[in-house]
Amino acid sequence: MAMKLVVIGAGMASGRLLEQLFEAGFAGTVTLFNGEPRGNYNRLMLSPVLSGEKSYDEIITHDDAWYGAHGVACRFAEQVTRIDRERKVVVSKGGETPYDALVIATGSAPFIIPVAGKDLPGVCTYRDLEDTNAMIAASTPGAKAVVIGGGLLGLEAAAGMAARGAEVTVIHLMGHLMERQLDPSAGYLLQKDLERRGIRVHCKGATKAILGKDRVEAVLLEDGTVYPADLVCMAVGIRPEVRLAVDAHLEVARGITVDDRMRTSDPAILALGECVEHDGQLFGLVAPLYDQARVLAQTLLGQPAAFCPVETATRLKVTGVDLFSAGDFADGPGREDIVFRDPGRGVYRRLVLEGARLVGAVMYGDTADGAWFFDKIRSQEDVSAIRDALIFGPAFAAGGPAANPLAAVAALPPEAEICGCNGVCKGRIMQAVEAGAQSLDAVRALTKASASCGSCTGLVEQVMALTLGDGFRTATNPPMCRCTDHMHEDVRRLIRAQGLKTIPAVMQELGWTTAGGCASCRPALNYYLLADWPLEYRDDRQSRFVNERNHANIQKDGTYSVVPRIWGGVTTPAELRAIADAADRYGVPMVKVTGGQRIDLLGVKKEDLPAIWADLNAAGMVSGHAYAKGLRTVKTCVGSEFCRFGTQDSTGLGIRLEKLLWGSWTPAKVKLGVSGCPRNCAEATCKDIGIVCVDSGYQIGVAGAAGMDVKETEALCTVPTEEEAMEVIAAFVQLYRENARYLHRIYKWVAKVGLDWCRAQVVEDLASRRALAGRFRLGQSVSQADPWADLSAPKERSQWAPLADLSLEAAQ
Amino acid sequence: MIWIDVGALEDLPRQGARLVKTTAGCVALFRTVADRVFALDDRCPHKGGPLSEGIVHGDQVTCPLHAWVFSLETGMAQGADEGAVRTFAVKVEAGRVLLDAGRLAKQAAA
Ligand code: SRM
Ligand SMILES: Cc1cc2nc3c(=O)[nH]c(=O)nc-3n(C[C@H](O)[C@H](O)[C@H](O)COP(=O)(O)OP(=O)(O)OC[C@H]3O[C@@H](n4cnc5c(N)ncnc54)[C@H](O)[C@@H]3O)c2cc1C
Ligand code: SF4
Ligand code: FES
Repeated sequence: MAMKLVVIGAGMASGRLLEQLFEAGFAGTVTLFNGEPRGNYNRLMLSPVLSGEKSYDEIITHDDAWYGAHGVACRFAEQVTRIDRERKVVVSKGGETPYDALVIATGSAPFIIPVAGKDLPGVCTYRDLEDTNAMIAASTPGAKAVVIGGGLLGLEAAAGMAARGAEVTVIHLMGHLMERQLDPSAGYLLQKDLERRGIRVHCKGATKAILGKDRVEAVLLEDGTVYPADLVCMAVGIRPEVRLAVDAHLEVARGITVDDRMRTSDPAILALGECVEHDGQLFGLVAPLYDQARVLAQTLLGQPAAFCPVETATRLKVTGVDLFSAGDFADGPGREDIVFRDPGRGVYRRLVLEGARLVGAVMYGDTADGAWFFDKIRSQEDVSAIRDALIFGPAFAAGGPAANPLAAVAALPPEAEICGCNGVCKGRIMQAVEAGAQSLDAVRALTKASASCGSCTGLVEQVMALTLGDGFRTATNPPMCRCTDHMHEDVRRLIRAQGLKTIPAVMQELGWTTAGGCASCRPALNYYLLADWPLEYRDDRQSRFVNERNHANIQKDGTYSVVPRIWGGVTTPAELRAIADAADRYGVPMVKVTGGQRIDLLGVKKEDLPAIWADLNAAGMVSGHAYAKGLRTVKTCVGSEFCRFGTQDSTGLGIRLEKLLWGSWTPAKVKLGVSGCPRNCAEATCKDIGIVCVDSGYQIGVAGAAGMDVKETEALCTVPTEEEAMEVIAAFVQLYRENARYLHRIYKWVAKVGLDWCRAQVVEDLASRRALAGRFRLGQSVSQADPWADLSAPKERSQWAPLADLSLEAAQ
Repeated sequence: MIWIDVGALEDLPRQGARLVKTTAGCVALFRTVADRVFALDDRCPHKGGPLSEGIVHGDQVTCPLHAWVFSLETGMAQGADEGAVRTFAVKVEAGRVLLDAGRLAKQAAA
């Protein structure tokens, strides 16, 4: 008979356990209960979901297909209420389920401080997706949130809500933040960093009561301070979830007592994760839990194994805050400190030595060497010989300054741990690369390195770079450019969270390593600032590529092409005459009908641009932005006005859409098509946004492409009226403007965030649709000015001509 | 050296460029974010791109056509690309930009 294994709790620990079991060819049947209405996901990554850097779909670790393939009977949203050890069954609302072996992996429950008002609606904890969603929903710009607890979880909650625009206050009982991982100096730097992002921090604050009538309104402290709050998140600690074990009379101390093989006091019942206590110790980080999973799997398979907890290191997953702590750093007899500070850069390092050994390290601001120090702590190696330079890290301790940024990683021995969550060492990553894993994803798949909290991604990439040499290109999410370590997404978020409103402010606050940026980051930053602060930011022309700076496309010989807007592809004899006249007057070598239903005047000299624009303006034409990361064309077909098959006025809708959208700057170009019936003569199904009219209304598709990639649009929604179509499209474009990284066309962006996510915000949630469309209109109120008219004004014209003409002087 | 006044510093956009036409082709005057001024031939050695239309960053400019990067100081292509642009002496005095015409004349004669 195959073994009947029942697992209570689908969390981080049991997910890893099941993987280990199936990998080893476990032949039994598995029933997996979970209180949450979903299977295993990466709980650590709730913080990026909260801050908006990731979606829930991206953090699922095991999906239906995986459970199906391994024959796991999933009982999600089903709490186990009792264990009957005598009859070897577990009891839940679905009845009784028998087991041969039972695994308790119930994790822990957030601790709720017993103050008045703790049960009011609007009070949440931070443990699961429901909590995360509650905080996301409450974090509208300007909303007030109070987080009680300034530890790891509380600060990630605070930073996430602040990133979404909420005004956040953190109340912390102790004298400095994260006192379990940080010493006061590092705690102070952290507090300053958070305050700079607009998060208020109140240390030594004891919560007296949560105030409110029908829902939370404020938090009252013992010292009498009152902080208004629309939401209160309690993140003051966790306690092991041991109720089932207690009721079943298993041996329980603070957690369920387990031996080295992860067995409880009942040999048929095993336990792992945050619910257990081993050798008097509880666990709150995943790294040791993964070790437990490995040991428990071996125990179930009848192989010998013993759990032996190792040191863990902590990093805070708040983008832009670099913090690392490991080991023990309390003062003590026989202990000595080495401290390094660079207040200008906000860098702080402290090493704690006991005799010849390093026992603790706290780093703030620059944590690149964290892994190296951590390795020294774990190896208990004698560091007295390198003590003088120890604080400066591997580059200096090994003698000589760092010539190469990879030096720190190169100096690590093969057994140095790179990924703390999964216990992957440098040598293992190098092996994987040598065995053919050339991309970060491949290394993750093979080793799990950086697959949990992701904070070691940079290190893993450095190890890959060392192993692969020049052949390595960071694949997934490299930094914006060589001027910064931040990725596009981080920069976008930080611009908003820190209220950065100029390019120099971004470069200063986010620590750009170059003086004036480069040709790659400056256009991106200029766009992000324009998109986020439409009313305040002033466009920086010198940070634009030539075409956008000159509002014309440069040609290979340095001349330009001029494309006036031809709304929806419809023109008039008068416009055509004006175009023809302009072509004659400025000696335009080629007049071409473009693939976008308009007319291109190619080969215009730069100094003639203001004049030709003025002539076209005089005939009522404006720039077609054929050069812009912005709205290009709206292609239309003739539609119901003339065509015998047309169902709606596709031409008219196209013109109205072009009038709605023109002038807006977007991450990359945006092209639309509107077809009057499914014959689709306007090729709407391969545009960034395409509308196909049908009898009952308008089918809106998005994320098509027909350039370097060819891809059909995906259906966003179908709406009955033109008005609604226009509002959905304005909202969708705004969502794209606010979220995509620079130079990503819509189809690339949608592939990253998921169409469902877009649909939820622009179709399903009406309030969100209106808000997005409202922000779009606000931006348009300042961006719908014809650049040609501005730049051809007499006072601007001189800048299009040379500064001086020495050829004439020489001729005289 | 023969210094010729070619215009006011304030007519050069910061992190931008303007042209000076000469008998031997166009010279691009660049002004950096730190207000340093440089003069280079306005012709990229790659395929003749107008460097004056590139993005100026630090003491470098990126060609607008295919993104080669040049040092404004030395005229040398940076990174993996090989090539150089001729540079000219230029200085700023009392808010005026002065270009060394001696070098230009030699070039025109050559
Ligand atoms: C003029 C035109 C070709 C023509 O003679 O018909 C054209 C010309 C250029 N296209 Fe295009 N594209 C033109 C329609 C298209 C189309 C067809 C369409 O829009 O229906 C496509 C495929 C649809 C799409 O965008 O997905 C198209 C896909 C591209 C791409 C590939 C974009 C992609 O993401 O895959 C580039 C390269 C880029 O943007 O980086 C590009 C880039 C260019 C540039 C800007 C190249 C450059 O950087 O100098 C060309 C500028 C020439 C000039 O000076 O005007 N052009 N280009 C068309 C102008 C349409 C208009 O009225 O504005
Ligand atoms: C927001 C957040 C960020 C974190 N960041 C980090 C980090 O950066 N690094 C790090 O190392 N750790 C981090 N942690 C801690 C880490 O997530 C936990 O250590 C880990 O999830 C514990 O795993 P577990 O399997 O023991 O419990 P859990 O992952 O909590 O899973 C337990 C599951 O059991 C279910 N359950 C409980 N009782 C029952 C029952 N009676 N019947 C059925 N199901 C039940 C619960 O619903 C839950 O789904 C973070 C935690 C949170 C909440
Ligand atoms: S396809 Fe587009 S980019 Fe390529 S040569 Fe033609 S116009 Fe230029
Ligand atoms: S012409 Fe300058 S890079 Fe090609």
